[in-house]
Amino acid sequence: MVTFLPAGDTGLVVEFGDAIDPTINEQVMDLDAAIRAEPPEGVVETVPTFRSVLIHFDPLRTSAESLSESVRALIGSRSARTMKSRHWKVPVCYEAEHAPDLHDVAERSGLTPDDVVAMHSGRAYRVYMIGFVPGYPYMGDLDERLVLPRREDPRTRVPVGAVAIATSLTAIYPVESPGGWHLIGATPIRLFDPGDTPPALFSPGDKVSFQPVDSRRFERIRDEAAKGIYTPEYQEIAS
Amino acid sequence: MTSLLRVATGGTQTTLQDLGRFGYQRFGLPVAGALDPFSLRLANALVGNDPAAAAIEILGHGPTFEVDAESVRVAFTGSHAGFEVNGEEATIVPSYRSHTVYRGERLAVRAMPDSQVGYLAVEGGFEIEPVLGSLSTYTRAGIGGFGGRALRGGDALPLTLPRASERTERRLAAPPSIGHECAIRLILGPQHEAFTREAVETLLTSTFTVSRDVDRMGMRLDGPTLEHSGGFNLVSDGIATGCIQVPGSGQPIVLLADHQTTGGYPKIGSVISADIPLLGRRRPGDNIRFKEVSVPQAEAARRSAERDILQAIKSIADAPPLRGIDLDCLYNRNLISGVIDAWD
Repeated sequence: MVTFLPAGDTGLVVEFGDAIDPTINEQVMDLDAAIRAEPPEGVVETVPTFRSVLIHFDPLRTSAESLSESVRALIGSRSARTMKSRHWKVPVCYEAEHAPDLHDVAERSGLTPDDVVAMHSGRAYRVYMIGFVPGYPYMGDLDERLVLPRREDPRTRVPVGAVAIATSLTAIYPVESPGGWHLIGATPIRLFDPGDTPPALFSPGDKVSFQPVDSRRFERIRDEAAKGIYTPEYQEIAS
Repeated sequence: MTSLLRVATGGTQTTLQDLGRFGYQRFGLPVAGALDPFSLRLANALVGNDPAAAAIEILGHGPTFEVDAESVRVAFTGSHAGFEVNGEEATIVPSYRSHTVYRGERLAVRAMPDSQVGYLAVEGGFEIEPVLGSLSTYTRAGIGGFGGRALRGGDALPLTLPRASERTERRLAAPPSIGHECAIRLILGPQHEAFTREAVETLLTSTFTVSRDVDRMGMRLDGPTLEHSGGFNLVSDGIATGCIQVPGSGQPIVLLADHQTTGGYPKIGSVISADIPLLGRRRPGDNIRFKEVSVPQAEAARRSAERDILQAIKSIADAPPLRGIDLDCLYNRNLISGVIDAWD
């Protein structure tokens, strides 16, 4: 069931559901790709989210009605996924100095810290969307045993690179920001750099898995990344 | 020798802004750009720039500059406050006209009693590299503009032109209205169904006040609270400029140029694009009333607003010289009477 909703006279929301669900998100990514492959007149940019595509448009070049008609014709077309998604291998150090909430998470889940690390790094996650702050990837779904509500006392400063979990999701803080998620590790790689085009490493629809590294390897990668000689590992995914 | 506009004092929040940075919201990067794009375009047009060029956006208390160039042509818009030039003698330059300032002169934007935001455009613009296609400053991530931040004393903005071009100064035929008395038009949704019927009724019939909690990201409104019919946490979706989100407190927040790209609070309505400039000008303590319109009405309003600005730009004509007119008197009379129709 697809719903069209106005977000003022410059935004059109095309909604596929109201849940965090890979099937819904897949429909979002398909429509997003179809619009990007052949943008209808007046489209400025699109923002794919968990459950909807927000189409930003110029009301002087099109109307919500005419845009809705063009977009309706694109729904369900799978042929447009020409832009390849990537599967990233992200190094994460889960050692205590980088993982202030790991013990707490383990305790609250009835697991050992090693179990938490094994579960968190044991599967590939979908990048459902990017939002909150520049480059912040909402990724899921976590092993059900790791599902916890957000922290009751959000931190005012979460460091760059912190790897976090909350609800059924995991994320990496790409810039220093406030944050209410549980910090269970850190990555030395840069997720956001305004000097790059695009400025974010991940794109919505990519896959991410985490590879545990010790703190020595973490430091080495961080130094290489700072010098611009570290290239994160990825494989292209056939859609 | 490099031409510079030196910043003597930065003011409350003075940033470079153009019409925004588009194409990167999918990566979580806000558009930023002028809070009052209407006034930005007029300021640029007055100095002969592309209306979409970057200019200096002034929020709250104004900055002061010193000219370290042979000369530079500037124009100020958005507020009717104008600016002062202190050289060999002091001059008050009204808003909505161009003026050339010379080496060693000091330019001070006057207090803006009638608007939260003003624009100072510089002929030829700034010799600064755009970031991701735009000069707009997004301070939260330190991106764009001058070093990704607001201007402060000691900064020096590099100018593209060594001196002002040879031509007569120009002005707008009639300064536009600030529009404080206008109701702000909105389209309900995308999530007005997450609210009680009373909440929607309250939004459309009450008078709200702009709270002190206002910045380039959004404007929290004081007034009656708006009750959700169910929970107030949705699965996050996209946000457009002008969306009115309502967190658990029930206090609406109107999202402005620096808004986050996505969010999980229900959005009861969205201010139409024609009225975004009016929103940007409202100051803490100002009243806000909302009026519902349909999508086709909003689209017609935007076309009409666009005709207005193109007409205003077309009305720009040669200005009589400043000397000989008692500008301070004219300026004060106009502000006190609150009726500003024309210069003469």
